[in-house]
Amino acid sequence: MQVEAYVGEEMVLNMGPQHPSTHGVLRLELETDGEIVKKVVPHIGYLHRCFEKHAENVDYPGVVPYTDRMDYVASMNNSFGYALAVERLMRIEVNERVKTLRVIMAELNRIASHLLAVATYGMDIGTFTPFLHCFIEREKVLDLFEWTCGARLLYNYNWVGGVSHDIPEGFVDKARQFLREFEPVLKELNELLSYNKIFIKRTAAVGILSVDVALSYNVTGPNLRGSGVKWDLRKDEPYSGYEKYDFEVAVGDGRFGPIGSCWDRYYVRVWEMAESIKILHQALDRLPEGDVQEKVPKKVKPQKGETYGRSEAPRGELGYYIVSDGTGNPYRIKVKSPCFTVLSALPAMAKGALIADIIAILGSIDIVLGEIDR
Amino acid sequence: MDAIFSWLSSGIPAYARLPELLQHLIPMVLACLICLVAALLFVLMANWGERKIAAHMQDRLGPMRVGGWHGWAQPLADGVKLLLKEDIIPAEADRLLFRVAPVLVFVGGFAAFAVIPFTSSFIAADLNIGILYAVAITALGVVGIIMAGWSSNNKYALYGGMRAAAQIVSYEIPAVLAILTVIIHVGSLSMQEIVQAQRGGVWNWFLFRNPFTFLAFFVYFLASLAEVNRTPFDIPEAESELVAGYHTEYSGMRFAFFYLAEYANMLLVSCIATTLFLGGWTGLLSKPLLPGVILFMTKALFLVFVQMWLRWTLPRLRVDQLLHMCWKVLLPIAFVLVMGSGILALK
Repeated sequence: MQVEAYVGEEMVLNMGPQHPSTHGVLRLELETDGEIVKKVVPHIGYLHRCFEKHAENVDYPGVVPYTDRMDYVASMNNSFGYALAVERLMRIEVNERVKTLRVIMAELNRIASHLLAVATYGMDIGTFTPFLHCFIEREKVLDLFEWTCGARLLYNYNWVGGVSHDIPEGFVDKARQFLREFEPVLKELNELLSYNKIFIKRTAAVGILSVDVALSYNVTGPNLRGSGVKWDLRKDEPYSGYEKYDFEVAVGDGRFGPIGSCWDRYYVRVWEMAESIKILHQALDRLPEGDVQEKVPKKVKPQKGETYGRSEAPRGELGYYIVSDGTGNPYRIKVKSPCFTVLSALPAMAKGALIADIIAILGSIDIVLGEIDR
Repeated sequence: MDAIFSWLSSGIPAYARLPELLQHLIPMVLACLICLVAALLFVLMANWGERKIAAHMQDRLGPMRVGGWHGWAQPLADGVKLLLKEDIIPAEADRLLFRVAPVLVFVGGFAAFAVIPFTSSFIAADLNIGILYAVAITALGVVGIIMAGWSSNNKYALYGGMRAAAQIVSYEIPAVLAILTVIIHVGSLSMQEIVQAQRGGVWNWFLFRNPFTFLAFFVYFLASLAEVNRTPFDIPEAESELVAGYHTEYSGMRFAFFYLAEYANMLLVSCIATTLFLGGWTGLLSKPLLPGVILFMTKALFLVFVQMWLRWTLPRLRVDQLLHMCWKVLLPIAFVLVMGSGILALK
């Protein structure tokens, strides 16, 4: 009898675009042999909205709302990076209040974004309760945003040269109250989910992303730090006054298995939330007075040239390459999306995994399809 | 059943004049109906209870509107909704198997209630092989699950069915061995006799009788969680991986049957655990203060609550981890328990 007779027939399983755990409209083409996945091919583009082409046809401030719609769970950070890039192109130096406000909003947004990532990750592994516990806290952050600028998801907050609204009176106290309430919740989350034995078993030795692979795919953000690389733009290339804050860079330590596992990536996010709390306390303490729209130009018209501005968004390094031809509209905007680069590393991480592991890995890299497809 | 028979023949003078077949058939149908209604009522109650328990564990309220008081009528409303829904059978499905599967799943769980001793007299059929019957008939449900997975002609459903098949061979063996530790002491397979052997207060329950039966309770409880497909062993219907597993393609009343079966099975395994380890209808003291059925249901419902509690706390295991746990952890433990229990019974 021939050996081929013993090789099982392969089945192609299309996971998505409608699937509860693909975090948006992503299609994974899985080649499976029983429960074992031999090959993963991600298919993207279901959410393509021509962001880069749109950006060429509106003026510079008009691009800000479009950036909000890329990574729609971390809008503050998207427009933050864009505003920084355009300001560099126009050589605008914003005042201290604007810088601090941007840091406050970005870190609050980072907490909200990581809460969503952690919550849905718990759901991917099969537990529902942490999801709602996290969402109660996320809701409080969104309330703060709504109070400041009227929007809960897409803020249009970071303008070129300033921010759209100064914070309302009493915001500092409310934000401090949130931080006070949030710290114990983080501890609870660790007890309920992070150190749960089943959770560790499901995630600790799964989806190993080695440093070499991570670097060769240009993986950034929490996914890279989960592999143990201390690379955080807030520390390594500080912007908007991040150099003045005292915080640690969260990195994976391989506590429950090989370094760079799903658990490490997950835990980096939990840890980063704790670090964001530290930054927020310092920022709220030092918030200087000033006019938040002092430097907003009447007409945004950068001189001819090009720039690449990058910032540390919750999902990694978000870069804007902007080419200006001296008119009011950008000649070209190219976005470097952290989710896109990490999704391209998925086939390398998922080779030979089980179907359940694919979900665990996909959840742990925390992608937002709005940013991948743009 | 005998009680119904004697009640009918003494209450209705003309009853003895009916053909003999009917005389025996009517009590059977009646007993069946009583069990069915009780099971349905339990499902409605447990469904509402689970939603409320889950809600309060998650810092929310759960259903609050339908029916007035804390949304008690929500499961009724959902039941009506499911009844009225369109019944869809996929075009490429195996129509016969697709229709039979939900019935089989429900029957498997429901038929086992025949041997559950709710009180010393209230038992549909006190078979001398009661526990064997219960274990055997519940395994039928898995056949239904595999049928559902296969006949749907859906890849996710197929995975669910295959996982269920892998799961049953791994949990049944430790579960049966755990039951065996008790059987060795009782010397009978009759459910009623198992309870009788535990009379005389809480220290006579098999849970506290000796360390082997104490551990056997936990082995059985873990295996029974796998049997009812609930977290952390809800692998065949893992919604984040397989959409809805084996019942992905089902809708309307057929879907409701899977739902009914899940809750009926939850109660069933709790009832079996109560009978085997928690003294069945016997009380905490040697003299019972409460009616047997209340004692029995309190213990069984507590175990149901524990199942819900686990579901809303724990993540899900992976299929190979479940197999590992059943074959390499629970099975050796169960063997040791059976041997230890046997040695104790010998003396």
